[in-house]
Amino acid sequence: MSGPADRDRGRWASRAVQALFLIALISLWSFATSWGHVSPILLPDPLAVMHELIDVLKSGEFVGDLRVTLTELAVAFAISMTTGTIVGYLVSRSPYAIKVFEPLMAGAYSIPIILFLPLYVLFFGLGPPSKIALGATISFFPIALNTIAGFGYIDKILTVSARSMGASNYQLFRWVLLPAAFPVILTGLRMGFTVALLAILGSETIASLAGLGHRIVHLAESMDMARMFAYITFVVLIAAFLNSAVSRLEARGKR
Amino acid sequence: MAHVPAIEEAAAPRALAGRSPWRRVQRFLVAWPGLARLGVIALLFGVWEIAARFYVDKMFLSPPSSVFTSLHTVFMTPGVPAALRITFFELSVAFVLSIAIGLSVGLTVGLNRFAHRSFMPIILLLYGTPQVTILPLFILYFGIGPASKIAFGVTHGMFPIMVTVIAGVQNIKPILLTSAKSMGASRWHIFRWVIFPHMIPSFFSGMRLAMTGVLLGVLLAELYVSTAGIGYFTTLFTQNFDPTKLLGLISMLAAMAIALNELVRRAEVRFSRWRSA
Repeated sequence: MSGPADRDRGRWASRAVQALFLIALISLWSFATSWGHVSPILLPDPLAVMHELIDVLKSGEFVGDLRVTLTELAVAFAISMTTGTIVGYLVSRSPYAIKVFEPLMAGAYSIPIILFLPLYVLFFGLGPPSKIALGATISFFPIALNTIAGFGYIDKILTVSARSMGASNYQLFRWVLLPAAFPVILTGLRMGFTVALLAILGSETIASLAGLGHRIVHLAESMDMARMFAYITFVVLIAAFLNSAVSRLEARGKR
Repeated sequence: MAHVPAIEEAAAPRALAGRSPWRRVQRFLVAWPGLARLGVIALLFGVWEIAARFYVDKMFLSPPSSVFTSLHTVFMTPGVPAALRITFFELSVAFVLSIAIGLSVGLTVGLNRFAHRSFMPIILLLYGTPQVTILPLFILYFGIGPASKIAFGVTHGMFPIMVTVIAGVQNIKPILLTSAKSMGASRWHIFRWVIFPHMIPSFFSGMRLAMTGVLLGVLLAELYVSTAGIGYFTTLFTQNFDPTKLLGLISMLAAMAIALNELVRRAEVRFSRWRSA
């Protein structure tokens, strides 16, 4: 119905709409701050935000907070990755264990675990340990559930035929179970990473001593709006970068 | 060779039935995985009870028995019932608003191919950003009352609905639309009898995701700053080192979250039944 040229034109048109949307948003923002009666305390000038962002990047002021946040994220994800895959694998070894544990974990996954943040702060203090613990708890469930789904529901015919061809335990795991389960586990790891990042930024926002979330709150409380917007932009960019990197790794691992 | 012992094992319980009580228990549990699940929960509570009674400082953890026997003291704390009511109110308003916004945007974007191509990347981009970074802004714009919690909950709840509604509308086979059109269906008829039923299952899974999102958003905002909601009381109990009340409040909220999730899940199962039938 539509030729390649037609489709090409359509693609350019939608790119143009996206660009226009962005331009409209920024110009609306800029009009509101320069001619409208919006107080700069509520909405700073976009140019001022850009200057602040450049200043933040140039001065390297962000490095300390970024390091804290990324360390928390890395430790939390390492913990949940190892415990999640190991627990998931052990549960997936028996259909009975799946029947017993999977609904329990799915139920726990549906509770907003952020509720336990006050408890974690009580146990682990305001520093990084409470954030690591919360991030690890939240990301444990998607990883474990996906590992169970990956290893637990492999077509029986595959394992039986591998066994009948004389595969050893290791060979069965390496050449049948792992390749079958790997894509599902990768999806779980990606989901876990995303929620861990969210949990760590969230808990830093709520109660912390350092980190990017803490910095944003600190700037909000001192009413330094332009710099706060600059930090928000920075964090959103970092998060987008991390998430897209993880998605790309996932896509590559699935090939 | 590996499966020979398995056959023996399978035959053994029948031979031993009635003789060894442990075997009986085992068989009973195999027949009823639900009971084993309850057993696991009981075991976890047991570990918690023992840990709290004998190993952990009373200032940080209290045993589940005293948490549940003193649930009424949480309710008697002035302001707590009102706080739970406020949180419930915020959750429901945010959920309804996310459905309204998500559905209208999702249908507009999903039913128009050009709009889909233009705005879907923007929606996915916004869905992927951690909104918690702009939480302080919501407090600034909407104040520290319920309005900011509702607004923040809506930002978490509306995107899943948009994305699933768009996916549901897009997945309709073109042949269905073409045949409906060729049989002379009006736009409304097509919407009511072709698009709408196809949208329902994905819409409900979107609602489930939105419920999770709204819970997360509202609770995050509550914990961040709150003058009368549950966030105020969790902070109060934490600062007073009163883990009994804190755990009581948290378990009530967790029960509320589980109930709400279960409600939406039931609705999802019920309304997507037509497809499998």
